[in-house]
Amino acid sequence: MQLTPDDIVVFTLAGWKINATIVNTWIVMALLVGVSMLVTRNLRADVPPNRWRTALEVIVKMIQGQIEEVARSSARHVMYFSGTLFLFIALSNLMLVIPGFSPPTSSLSTTVALALSVLVAVPVFGIATGGVGSYLKTFVQPSVIMLPFNIIGEFSRGISLAIRLYGNIMSGAVIAAILLTVAPFFFPVVMDLLGLLTGMIQAYIFAMLATVYISSATAEPDPSLPKHEDKP
Amino acid sequence: MTDLAIIAVISIFTAGLTVSFGALGPALGEGRAAAAAIAAMAQQPDAAPTLSRTLFVSLAMIESTAIYCFVVAMILLFANPFWSAVQGAAGG
Repeated sequence: MQLTPDDIVVFTLAGWKINATIVNTWIVMALLVGVSMLVTRNLRADVPPNRWRTALEVIVKMIQGQIEEVARSSARHVMYFSGTLFLFIALSNLMLVIPGFSPPTSSLSTTVALALSVLVAVPVFGIATGGVGSYLKTFVQPSVIMLPFNIIGEFSRGISLAIRLYGNIMSGAVIAAILLTVAPFFFPVVMDLLGLLTGMIQAYIFAMLATVYISSATAEPDPSLPKHEDKP
Repeated sequence: MTDLAIIAVISIFTAGLTVSFGALGPALGEGRAAAAAIAAMAQQPDAAPTLSRTLFVSLAMIESTAIYCFVVAMILLFANPFWSAVQGAAGG
């Protein structure tokens, strides 16, 4: 049984073993970039929108709306980051229906890389909005006693982000493989259907949690001060 | 019993135990969370989109503990480090 696509070596490039995870990540990236570039090639005001452009706009508007509900301030830069995470994870999870394609998110190295990028993005966004001092102040937020727990929490949520995505996608693949040996005709299709649902939910949750972490690190206005902007 | 047999017995037994207890706790927790969310939705149908979004996120976070147990069981069954160490030492 194949627990991870890291073990499948597709080809060797100048002594480097290029495994299926890297190749599948390239395929997903090429699909995302290629389709977006093809669709937005004629992005001018005088060109009427076609159905592809409308579809992309619907996706972007949906991501924007979801993120603005969670992160009220500085939503635009967070959207570039979390939206990219969502699109990449969602597409790679959805491509599990293609026979022979093992999604790159079912490898622990991909999910650890994504979680590391979240861990780096949290202080970057926090410092960019409020400066170094106010970001470091979030670590001693309730009191100084909570400092070690806040530091531990920072790392543990990175680990849990990585393991959650990996475990969900890998478990879907493993259960489908086990059922393939037990009841090969109909049941694996149902489990793949469930895998599609789980993949979308996990992609949503990964992006949502990244947004929540970032928006909790970006300095919020002091609650004692009156709010300057209150949306109805 | 040989070393390999002992390792195999303990690994398989522990994998079953891990999955059983790892399924027990999150199942109870998810049931309570879903029941509370459905009760809240019945009281306030207007807040249903927000509630269901929060429910999905929290269900996935509760479920991740079960997934950790599943990953540990999979490691015990298919990628057991002690098994390969003993096999390597035996020259197999």
